[in-house]
Amino acid sequence: MEKFINITLKIWRQAGPKAKGRFETYQLEKVSTDSSFLEMLDILNEKLISEHIDPIAFDHDCREGICGMCSLYINGHPHGPDTEITTCQLHMRKFKDGDTIVVEPWRSAGFPVIKDLVVDRGAFDKIIQAGGYISVNTGGVPDGNAIPIPKEHADEAMDAATCIGCGACVAACKNGSAMLFVSAKVSHLALLPQGKVEAARRVKAMVAKMDELGFGNCTNTRACEAECPKNISISNIARLNRQFLSAKFKD
Amino acid sequence: MKQQEKPLEEIKIDPRIPEGPLAEKWTNYKAHQKLVNPSNKRRLDIIVVGTGLAGASAAASLGELGFNVLSFCIQDSPRRAHSIAAQGGINAAKNYQNDGDSVYRLFYDTIKGGDYRAREANVYRLAEVSGNIIDQCVAQGVPFAREYGGLLDNRSFGGAQVSRTFYAKGQTGQQLLLGAYSAMSRQIAKGTVKLFPRREMVDVVIIEGRARGIIVRNLVTGKIERYSAHAVVIASGGYGNAYFLSTNAMASNGSAAIQIYKKGAYFANPSFVQIHPTCIPVHGDYQSKLTLMSESLRNDGRIWVPKRKEDAEAIRAGKLKPTDLKEEDRDYYLERRYPAFGNLVPRDVASRAAKERCDAGYGVGNTGLAVYLDFSDAISRLGINVIKERYGNLFQMYEKIVDDNPYETPMMIYPAIHYTMGGIWVDYELQTSVKGLFCIGEANFSDHGANRLGASALMQGLADGYFVLPYTIQNYLSDQIQVPRFSTDLPEFEDTEKSVNDRVKRIMNIKGKRSVDSIHRELGLIMWEYVGMSRNKEGLQIALDKIKEVRKEFWTNVYVPGEEYDFNTELAKALRLADFIEIGELIARDALMREESCGGHFREEYQTPDGEAKRNDEEFSFVSCWKYNGEGEEPTLLKEPLIYEFVQRQQRNYKE
Ligand SMILES: Cc1cc2nc3c(=O)[nH]c(=O)nc-3n(C[C@H](O)[C@H](O)[C@H](O)COP(=O)(O)OP(=O)(O)OC[C@H]3O[C@@H](n4cnc5c(N)ncnc54)[C@H](O)[C@@H]3O)c2cc1C
Ligand code: SF4
Ligand code: FES
Repeated sequence: MEKFINITLKIWRQAGPKAKGRFETYQLEKVSTDSSFLEMLDILNEKLISEHIDPIAFDHDCREGICGMCSLYINGHPHGPDTEITTCQLHMRKFKDGDTIVVEPWRSAGFPVIKDLVVDRGAFDKIIQAGGYISVNTGGVPDGNAIPIPKEHADEAMDAATCIGCGACVAACKNGSAMLFVSAKVSHLALLPQGKVEAARRVKAMVAKMDELGFGNCTNTRACEAECPKNISISNIARLNRQFLSAKFKD
Repeated sequence: MKQQEKPLEEIKIDPRIPEGPLAEKWTNYKAHQKLVNPSNKRRLDIIVVGTGLAGASAAASLGELGFNVLSFCIQDSPRRAHSIAAQGGINAAKNYQNDGDSVYRLFYDTIKGGDYRAREANVYRLAEVSGNIIDQCVAQGVPFAREYGGLLDNRSFGGAQVSRTFYAKGQTGQQLLLGAYSAMSRQIAKGTVKLFPRREMVDVVIIEGRARGIIVRNLVTGKIERYSAHAVVIASGGYGNAYFLSTNAMASNGSAAIQIYKKGAYFANPSFVQIHPTCIPVHGDYQSKLTLMSESLRNDGRIWVPKRKEDAEAIRAGKLKPTDLKEEDRDYYLERRYPAFGNLVPRDVASRAAKERCDAGYGVGNTGLAVYLDFSDAISRLGINVIKERYGNLFQMYEKIVDDNPYETPMMIYPAIHYTMGGIWVDYELQTSVKGLFCIGEANFSDHGANRLGASALMQGLADGYFVLPYTIQNYLSDQIQVPRFSTDLPEFEDTEKSVNDRVKRIMNIKGKRSVDSIHRELGLIMWEYVGMSRNKEGLQIALDKIKEVRKEFWTNVYVPGEEYDFNTELAKALRLADFIEIGELIARDALMREESCGGHFREEYQTPDGEAKRNDEEFSFVSCWKYNGEGEEPTLLKEPLIYEFVQRQQRNYKE
């Protein structure tokens, strides 16, 4: 049932990449529990605009959990307290009247802040550019059914490919490691016959790029898996490690 | 430089369709078109605006060919373009199921589904290349659903009697886009494609009648930047957000389309907008967007409202639950009105029927603007596990948003704006009416006529980007190899940048009282009320008047906080809203002009006695092309006649 709650928000404000950030406190009254978390921020922004205060910058686009753009660290959790969802799918019914809600950007050496709650995740694109593809040109490829793929492999590849590149795994990790993200792409491609051809080269190139861009090491804390909105399994990290070792071994 | 205006009677719309029998046109075209040789490709620059399925596939393919590509998008990464959200699937005439599919059948279904308002030659080519798309995606590692034998699986979609839809769970768009994004990433690594994310095109630069560059606003710094090229490709997606609430992503917009329209590209069929019947209803004043529930749900769900108004009122007041209503007190209105097709009538018919019931006072939910989609029959017939397997992820998504369990109580749904068939006019080569300016994907007026079939937008976007544009653009570029790179210091760049700066300053200086969103919402309500699911002359005239008021309100009373040269989301939204107002007016104008009902365009004056759409092939068998005449001037209507050489036109019928 729809209810209305009063909340206090402590939100990270930072004018620019080099500016010093700080928490600002805002009160919001009569928020519908049926509204989404981002709609609640829209309401707050409307209020700030009417008071001629610079609205809070945050990333978002699809607002249905698939583009990976939204990226808020809410009450100590990337994408907030609910499970298996992104920030944009979080609803205010998860909060109680009188709650204080702390909202921060992703914090990681790999993702510098651009403004307020917006960070630069360009590093993820660079990791993909290092090898997250199969080297085929448009045209001249075999028929789609030329190579049968066992259903289990296709399904497993699909599960890994579900990663939305949001970066919550990095934000959740005390080491700021991007292993879950990288391993999801490595696994997706390595599980398919089309991707096996370049598997060794791919894993080395992607891991090297990840290290170069300042992401930390993986120490198996499993925090990434717990916070991933798409249930990407850390068994992918094990697969990456096996592949990486065997690729290095062949060198 | 100003071009000499031609008198209007002389402007003929030439789609430049190749000669010959339908099935041979594309082959003939490819055999005779001009190409650019490999060493010259490096010397030619191509700007691609947008990284959705259309833009990413084009950028990747052009880069592979050796052109120098500059790729722009609004989001922080190309992978986040709105295409990522497509759920259901992609069509292709593979006939893997041996159920009688063929290129001709896919062509025919698309023409008929579009209510005979699309160009035969384009649609045939689309069907022809559809199979190559699947091959390409499989080679890239797109994990399509497979059967136990290891071969590709298919499902069926509305408007077809064969199973030709390929899918990757409920995330087909995501997987196809990631495929195109990875191909593009490979080219970025090679240096053939340069990526410019968080950049928004704000104008096109025309030099001596040809598109030679764009002006861009850097969304991080707010700085205005200039880029030159030998050709410009617009792949900026659809303009459904003119209605404020839609299933489109928040940043989806029509600005690039309006910018090039103002520089001479015709805007075609703007009123052809698709409304999807099964979306989660509006819940409150602060709603920011609408969420689609896949069309596939109508296979097992039954749509109903209460038979009696008292019951509907009691439900709205929270005094009665839908499960309290007995079978005989429910009105399964689609089954009642369309016994032959029942709940599976096409999107436009299902949408209008829901609106009719709600307008008559039978709607449910706290707003009265919702109908039930009920799975209780299917659950008792097939068991809860079968339903879970088929729709589990959709049910979960619904529950997260609405906080109701659809296994126990019926879902509530309502129609919403979803897709725009209209868009920038292009010829057979996907070139607009401005030389060197191309338009692909949902942004062009495309191959779907007055109504798009499910799973055909992904097909069209990838067909354009992988298999059509990389050929046709060479026909244009082949005589450009002697043209040196353009300096962005040319006066045309100066002037265009200046007009952009003036516009930004003008908006910043209004300093009125209204937020951008509040004015956008107002526009959306007008559009939905008068230019939405069903339209009439009087309402459209009211809309045109009201949109004028909204325009005035915007330009005198909007308030944009912050600085011009900064990360300023409100300014970005304001610039888009100014263009949505222009689009809104074009949609209403086009709808008023088109005195017939066809596909997604329903004019109440033109219907059969039992309330179905009545087309008028005698008078309206044409593509409406609107030509811009300057600020405050009425645009001119030009017509591209639609000539059907290969298909016999029929009236659609879903009752028997
Ligand atoms: C919820 C939903 C589900 C759907 N499901 C299906 C389905 O199952 N099957 C199907 O066939 N179709 C489906 N569709 C339709 C289909 O997804 C779209 O029509 C298609 O993805 C559009 O692709 P596009 O490449 O043309 O544009 P988009 O994917 O919209 O991409 C537009 C790009 O242009 C960029 N851009 C826009 N303006 C500018 C500018 N001024 N400057 C710089 N960059 C700009 C954006 O950043 C983005 O990169 C669905 C649509 C929705 C809304
Ligand atoms: S692995 Fe999960 S948390 Fe990490 S980027 Fe992918 S979806 Fe986000
Ligand atoms: S806004 Fe797209 S995943 Fe949240």
